[in-house]
Amino acid sequence: MYDVFIIGSGVSGGFIALELSKYNLKVALCEKSLEPCGGSSRANSGIVHAGYDPIPGTLKAKLNVRGSELMPEMAKRLNIDLNICGSYVIAFNDADDQKVYELYKRGITNNVADMTVLSGDAVRKAEPNISDKVTSALYARTTGIISPYKLAITSSELATQNGVDFLRGNEVVAMEDMGGYIKVITNKGSYDTQYVVNAAGVYADKIANMLGDNSFGIIPRKGEYLILDKNESGIVNSVIFQVPSDMGKGILVAPTVDGNVLLGPTSHNITDRDDKSTTKPGIAEAVAGAKRSVPTVNERALITMFAGIRAVPSTGDFIIGQSAANSRLFNAAGIESPGLTSSPAIGEYVVKLMAESGVALEKKKQFFMQRPAEKKVCSMPPEEACKLIESNPSYGKIVCRCEKVTEGEIIDAIHRPAGAVTLDGVKMRVRAGMGRCQGGFCTSRVIEILSRELNVPETEIRKQNEGSELLYRVLRDPEAKQ
Amino acid sequence: MENTITQQYIDKDLVIIGGGPAGLAAAAAAKENGIDDIVILERDKYAGGVLRQCIHDGFGLKIFGERLTGPEYAARYEEKIRELNIELKLNSFVLNVTPDKIVQALSPEGMLFYRAKAVILAMGCRERTRASIMLPGTRPAGVYTAGLVQRLINIDGYVPGKEAVILGSGDIGLIMARRLTLEGVNVKAVYELMSYSSGLKRNIVQCLDDYNIPLYLNHTVIEIHGRNRIEGVTVAKVDEKKQPIPGTEEFVKCDLLVLSVGLIPENELSKSAGAALNKVTGGLFVDDNMSTNKEGIFACGNVVHVHDLVDYVTLESVNAGKCAAEYIKNGSANGDIINVVPENGVRYVVPNTVHRDSQKDSVNFMFRTGNVYRDAKIAVYDGDRLIKSIKKKILTPGEMETVKLTADEIKSVKGEIHIGVEA
Repeated sequence: MYDVFIIGSGVSGGFIALELSKYNLKVALCEKSLEPCGGSSRANSGIVHAGYDPIPGTLKAKLNVRGSELMPEMAKRLNIDLNICGSYVIAFNDADDQKVYELYKRGITNNVADMTVLSGDAVRKAEPNISDKVTSALYARTTGIISPYKLAITSSELATQNGVDFLRGNEVVAMEDMGGYIKVITNKGSYDTQYVVNAAGVYADKIANMLGDNSFGIIPRKGEYLILDKNESGIVNSVIFQVPSDMGKGILVAPTVDGNVLLGPTSHNITDRDDKSTTKPGIAEAVAGAKRSVPTVNERALITMFAGIRAVPSTGDFIIGQSAANSRLFNAAGIESPGLTSSPAIGEYVVKLMAESGVALEKKKQFFMQRPAEKKVCSMPPEEACKLIESNPSYGKIVCRCEKVTEGEIIDAIHRPAGAVTLDGVKMRVRAGMGRCQGGFCTSRVIEILSRELNVPETEIRKQNEGSELLYRVLRDPEAKQ
Repeated sequence: MENTITQQYIDKDLVIIGGGPAGLAAAAAAKENGIDDIVILERDKYAGGVLRQCIHDGFGLKIFGERLTGPEYAARYEEKIRELNIELKLNSFVLNVTPDKIVQALSPEGMLFYRAKAVILAMGCRERTRASIMLPGTRPAGVYTAGLVQRLINIDGYVPGKEAVILGSGDIGLIMARRLTLEGVNVKAVYELMSYSSGLKRNIVQCLDDYNIPLYLNHTVIEIHGRNRIEGVTVAKVDEKKQPIPGTEEFVKCDLLVLSVGLIPENELSKSAGAALNKVTGGLFVDDNMSTNKEGIFACGNVVHVHDLVDYVTLESVNAGKCAAEYIKNGSANGDIINVVPENGVRYVVPNTVHRDSQKDSVNFMFRTGNVYRDAKIAVYDGDRLIKSIKKKILTPGEMETVKLTADEIKSVKGEIHIGVEA
């Protein structure tokens, strides 16, 4: 019997699990994908928002500001990169100027520090590649960039290290209130739990429905993105937003923490919640939007395209708290932007609400606060790299040539708590395959390492989920290999 | 990254980056021209580069007058390297090359810093990806570049699918159409965006025609379908501007999409060394000695321009090895420099400059055209003066062309050498 069963290991599920793992509770973190972070948290802008955008008084406003406060400390604990690079919301005309000023005022109300409204020339002085047509901008110093999937994966990893059971490849298909507990039925088995936390992203309404909660709906909204080669880094040094609309924060141009350039997202409501395909019009729209802000954007330096689905709540605000329909259900739903920023605060808030409603929380004696640092051989001082390689020569073997990832780093990613079992799992954790050749060089090598370390045949190694096996059949006996 | 380990530079006369056909031939030539202190740094666990996975034959016709397989061709040079006692360091990945020829490499022995008198860049090329052609759709398993498919089958021993569609009729795409067929994969078709194939004629005959695999010119894949494993692609006919023609879309079921959409010289290290690149090809600018614009840094093979035949890589690399040896012994070649300019349908020419008083009897100028020309001439001019004109039945972007100018012809040039196509 679990005390708490969390459905969904995106950033919300990850931080709720991490927060709960501080207490003497039996916690499950259930994910339908084979790796943590299979949904919305995997594909979004990766922005830590300053907090000027949400309407004052909303949960979004409150948790955005709190999340933005917590993020630097969380990034340190999880040992991932956070770059507080600042942002500009740029205006192109009088109406935009007005909106920029409104955002500034809203930011003041939301207690956002270090904002300024700048003239077009002042913006271009700071970011020389911004369009001549820009008339003014809201600068926010505290905006940051982070890898959204690293945030979700590392919070899940640290939660797992602290005793949470990570249930991968488990898709919840039904739930039953058994009176004294809830029975959660997945495609893999059934689990009994005292409480359920619904952090199921674009499927959160369906999950809530399973326990009779029909109080909200989720509108899937697709956003298409482009990633440019690291050679393009420096085209902007901060996040460049356009003024937001009803459909979101508009198309941005931003550096990524890993040194690429991100363009997008588009924003279109869709009916198929799993439709993560990119489209020709979508890509064209993202490029045109990016060029409006930064005309010199070079889309020919494209290295990959992807789409993410926002979990837009029917209520307009985050839906967080104990369900009125079933007191054993806590929702953390409708976590659209600024969900990533808010996620550490969502973890904190959900657990506080659970305590208030009577869930007994007793602190554990031992809690690992700090996720161990990942070894990145090519960023180490040479002496340190040499010592590490001497102790284990696999750290001296480059597997991914573009991102310069060694075999040792990949083996580490596989053997960490809630470690990688798929090609994409390795990619999201250590960036092997994320560079300009997009795995042309390392794919076969990573398959080989996964197969060896997990002791499964190479033909069973998957890209992402079940059914995404990378190879079809053995041509000859692998034992016969030289 | 700074070398903070003092006194730990490894001094070498010549450091060669890459142990493929270019690096091996250059090393042997340098050794045969009097340089002993050489190291070849190879990132893979074996030398030979991409030849190791090219198990088809047809290599070596120009040099050996034999039809060798890729591994056989590579083995001849590996043997030569062994006989000449040249140091070959495997599993050694070069992270950085500085303009003053410090070469930093990561290997299972540690982080190594070489200090070289001369460097030869021989890193080869890499494949263009799905993103380079902005191909939209889902991101399932089963979408691979042709070179990766070749490696999976020929090195690792796995068949990556049952039903394949090949996009791009470059040589590797054609070769893989045959290879997959021989392994029982149903290769449905090869689609080519252009109105001509960029592969060798002999490959179209031997790899497609002989197996009844259709080649659709002026066609492309416009969308990838399938959530987990690829389930099919949408193909369409394209107009003159290479835009899909509405109404011609067709769904083709497959569980494997092989992308053979071009090669790009792998010049990240060349950039760190400060060597100048050709914006048209992404290859390096070199002179007739295969020297880059950075003194003592030479280059050969597919980092300079993508070759059609490995034999030409070898010939070019022998020149690079000889000239690097000459540089190590006697310093830079001096004297007048003549620019070489591609024009009228010629996309690029290698070398980009030539010494007026070259010590060589002749210099080969290698180039490709940007389009198909029939019954045309290759014309070489010095200003208005025609130096040479060569009749050609056909010129295609898929085949590299060569024009040879003698030392006397080069000496006589007053302005620049212009190479172009004439009707």
